[in-house]
Amino acid sequence: MSIQIKKSGLLRRAPENFLDAPLREAITEQGLNDERRGFLRKSFAAATAALASGAAMARPGSMPEGDGDPLILNLQDHAKSLGNPVVMQGYGQPSKFESNLQRRQSPGLTRVPQASVSFAPLQGFFGIITPNGLHFERHHQGWIDNDPAQHRFMINGLVREAKVYTMDDLMRLPSVSRMHFIECGANSATEWGNVAVPTVQYTHGMLSCCEYTGVPLSVLLDDCGIDRKKAKFVLAEGGDGSAMTRTIDIARAMDDVIVAYAMNGEMLRPENGYPLRLVVPGVQGVSWVKWLRRIEVGDQPWATKDEAIHYIDLQPSGLHRQYTSVQECKSVITTPSGGQMLLEKGFHNITGLAWSGRGKIKRVDVSADGGRSWRTARLEGPVLGKCLTRFNMDWNWDGGPAILQSRAIDETGYVQPKINQLREVRGTKSIYHNNAIQSWKINEDGEVSNVQVA
Amino acid sequence: MYKWPELRKSLSVLVLAGFSLAASAADYTNIGRAATPKEVAAWDIDVRPDFRGLPKGRGSVDQGQQVWDGKCASCHGTFGESNQVFTPIVGGTTKDDVKNGRVAALTGNSQPQRTTLMKVATVSTLWDYINRAMPWNAPKTLTTDEVYAVTAYILNLGGVVADDFTMSNENIAEVQKRMPNRNGMTQSHGLWQTSGKPDVKNTACMKDCLKEVKITSELPAFARSANGNPVEQNRTIGAVRGVDLSKAAVIKVSAPAADEGLKLAKQYACTACHGVKDKVVGPGFAQIAAKYKGDANAEANLIKKIKTGGSGAWGDIPMPPQGHIKDADIKTMLDWVMRQ
Repeated sequence: MSIQIKKSGLLRRAPENFLDAPLREAITEQGLNDERRGFLRKSFAAATAALASGAAMARPGSMPEGDGDPLILNLQDHAKSLGNPVVMQGYGQPSKFESNLQRRQSPGLTRVPQASVSFAPLQGFFGIITPNGLHFERHHQGWIDNDPAQHRFMINGLVREAKVYTMDDLMRLPSVSRMHFIECGANSATEWGNVAVPTVQYTHGMLSCCEYTGVPLSVLLDDCGIDRKKAKFVLAEGGDGSAMTRTIDIARAMDDVIVAYAMNGEMLRPENGYPLRLVVPGVQGVSWVKWLRRIEVGDQPWATKDEAIHYIDLQPSGLHRQYTSVQECKSVITTPSGGQMLLEKGFHNITGLAWSGRGKIKRVDVSADGGRSWRTARLEGPVLGKCLTRFNMDWNWDGGPAILQSRAIDETGYVQPKINQLREVRGTKSIYHNNAIQSWKINEDGEVSNVQVA
Repeated sequence: MYKWPELRKSLSVLVLAGFSLAASAADYTNIGRAATPKEVAAWDIDVRPDFRGLPKGRGSVDQGQQVWDGKCASCHGTFGESNQVFTPIVGGTTKDDVKNGRVAALTGNSQPQRTTLMKVATVSTLWDYINRAMPWNAPKTLTTDEVYAVTAYILNLGGVVADDFTMSNENIAEVQKRMPNRNGMTQSHGLWQTSGKPDVKNTACMKDCLKEVKITSELPAFARSANGNPVEQNRTIGAVRGVDLSKAAVIKVSAPAADEGLKLAKQYACTACHGVKDKVVGPGFAQIAAKYKGDANAEANLIKKIKTGGSGAWGDIPMPPQGHIKDADIKTMLDWVMRQ
């Protein structure tokens, strides 16, 4: 029988991969002997038989051998029996077949799980909205699930009257719903010096984008009678153990900041600040104070711990830049991306995300040759200010090595920089605010890996 | 910070200046209420660089050391130098830095890690953070005087204040003048305000942008599997799959041991100080298991130790009491520990 291996859409393995792991290891370590050769032959025959039959490896939808695809020819059990009843899950869950897409911690990044971060699986997202259960987390002293009936929110400082609001109060006030990205200032920090992690989940996964609903902070500040002459800054403070504090300048506080209680149509999740958090569009996530309990209006910045020890940018001169908080224009290709594998030569849709803390995305260019030449990608709607924008690009992979990059431009005309351009200004010991162009190398096997290029 | 009489005063000023309810777009009757002065005082705990908000109090370096040894050293090391749980607080500053207000080591490569004292420019930042968030597992439990004392102790370790120093609200401004990196911050950059100017400029070249493309950094082989196996982190349908490192490469993916006891140990942050096998700050779990194996009273003694804390058995660094952990959870953890 001639073995004709059809072009398969699945990861096509050398026949050795049908072998048991122990046998593979034994061959690797001790070489072949008669016994192992015998096992090898048997396994090889079984594997090629499976290939020839088309049952094990055929790509779903590809032309089958014989009469056709058994999945079409034979009625399946689920088509011949009752399905599950309605409301079996009062709060729906993703399909069990989607369980690979999870928030994940980076091993060794932090010693304590309460002051840690979980990364969102950007490699599996569609469109621009992050599902609430996959929104990245970053906590400073552990997350809490705070009874909303007992939550209080206070505004004090340079206001006519210091006031206390309950959740009932806040949810009666005029609300807005806006879609914004949130990105940790340390997102992509591992890549400042060199390539350090394998996949887009870990290089860029401290990024999420939701529709946040709440009361504009300006409404609340006006309700308390903010002293518009003296007020220069506000302090936002959390109600958890860390009592996280961040300074925000008054122009921004009165602009598009939201005291938010909902995201993507439901109340905030506990990990994201339930029942109340600050939304500071375009600004690094640490300023989006969770479990928000207080806003104080003042005339000077506070130099809080995370404004004086972390989230400051060390310059080559030895000076730290303090209060760097704008997340500048950035983009990343999410498919194909590091740790993934192209199944086959031919057509591929390159897709990714672009965003800017200074406004809307104007354009995204994509390169498949490491930045020598660029083509402009399609932007998918909606394109909103300080929000993720999805881009797509048609590409035919010829099977040769390639280096994919994306480069975003925002409405101010700012062009996303190369890593070397960032290092020229900020040196190599910076940590935060790495918005450099990301490069993904594709080798002849279709395997995608994280690289940096010059 | 703003007491009621002050508010009344500022109200009259505001009205005179033409600021009034007119500034408000609408009248939200019966929404929210005035905060009482006591409520404001209870929450208004922030301390600014100009020391606005700083309560009266005092604490000596010696008193600080006592608090430190009992409540801080387990995470930060006896001398604030520990890198085991959090980044070091003390180290990398010199007498010259105290004189100049700029930490010289920030420009060179002499310091492998930037410590808190190398970076922090304002003493208020230390005071405020210790007051609001420390000790890490029991925030806001220090008295005002203890916060002064611990701040003084840290600064003493860094050579900023003398051994016999007592820090108070009255002399804290003098301490500020000795902060090693007090002149080490700049705010003249465009990355804070929305209208600020970016510091990096790229152009949108489209063709022949580079002569050759050089790969300057690639993932080292050992790091390929450090974040797990990509095949388990990608969708099983669609345009791509995750690379299967268990098949595609010689590098083995080590699956983390999933065990209820370990899960609890992580949840309660025990793993911050205890390694599974080896000593971190405290002994490794395997070391504890080896020591108490065959001891009939091990469980009872260890439960007591976890709940009330202790010191001496494994070295000088004390174990802080963990009274908040449920008995059932302690038993689950101990059962797991003893099997290590």
